[in-house]
Amino acid sequence: MPSDEYLEGVFRVTGRDFVDAGLVSSSIKSGLKKKGVPEEIIRRIAVIIFETEINIISYAREGTISYYLLPDSIVIEAKDTGPGIEDIELALQEGYSTADDAIRELGFGAGMGLPNVRKFSDVFEISSEPGKGTCITCVVRFNGIQEKEVE
Amino acid sequence: MRLAEIKEILDAEVVVGEDKLDLEISTAFGADLMSDVLAFARSGCLLITGLSNPQSVRTAYALDIAAIVVCRGKNLSEKFIEIARDLGIPILLTKFIMFETCGRLYREGMKGCIREVFVEDKQRAQ
Repeated sequence: MPSDEYLEGVFRVTGRDFVDAGLVSSSIKSGLKKKGVPEEIIRRIAVIIFETEINIISYAREGTISYYLLPDSIVIEAKDTGPGIEDIELALQEGYSTADDAIRELGFGAGMGLPNVRKFSDVFEISSEPGKGTCITCVVRFNGIQEKEVE
Repeated sequence: MRLAEIKEILDAEVVVGEDKLDLEISTAFGADLMSDVLAFARSGCLLITGLSNPQSVRTAYALDIAAIVVCRGKNLSEKFIEIARDLGIPILLTKFIMFETCGRLYREGMKGCIREVFVEDKQRAQ
């Protein structure tokens, strides 16, 4: 039987912690590799998590990124207690950004984050309440995992 | 093109990955904007960037990028080098600017990992 390890995980992300930006993406990717998820799918998941991670660090006080690995899909949820998004349609447009210099120095903040998350997801849902926070749920589907021994 | 040839063409210093100089890489993507790398770069390509912070290494790892060339002779922090070592991503450092870096590699046969974003992007989405 495959191990239950890496089937799900919750990672806390702290706002303005620029040094570790991308760590959650790297960690989850390493875990999914051990579970035998197809590589192309892992790449899409890693991009989605990277961008949501950058969003939380850039705009929120804190948040969490969770994932649940199912037999034929993965669900990713990114929640934060940030300022929320006033106009979601606008935020989803490529090139629209409210990023400051600290974010741009990381190589982000050009208004590609949410469009990238949507592009790499099979299902993409976003809800936001100004003053309270934002919640993004993504699903990436695949044709089953390639069973292999956990290292 | 082997990583060793890339090193020669760019008169580059191998910061991480002396043991991976036989690695074959045939395509590349050049950008300082990591969101564009995440959106458009392909696995197995060479990333040419002037962004010398850990996010470029983590971006490369997310996409299974083969190696990174840091251009414009940037100073690389210990943290950057440590993460690249941990994630097993070779790092070359060249003093050439990005235009020269790309041009020299292209002249020697390196191709873009995609040519035009919207065309191939739509094909992939279908």
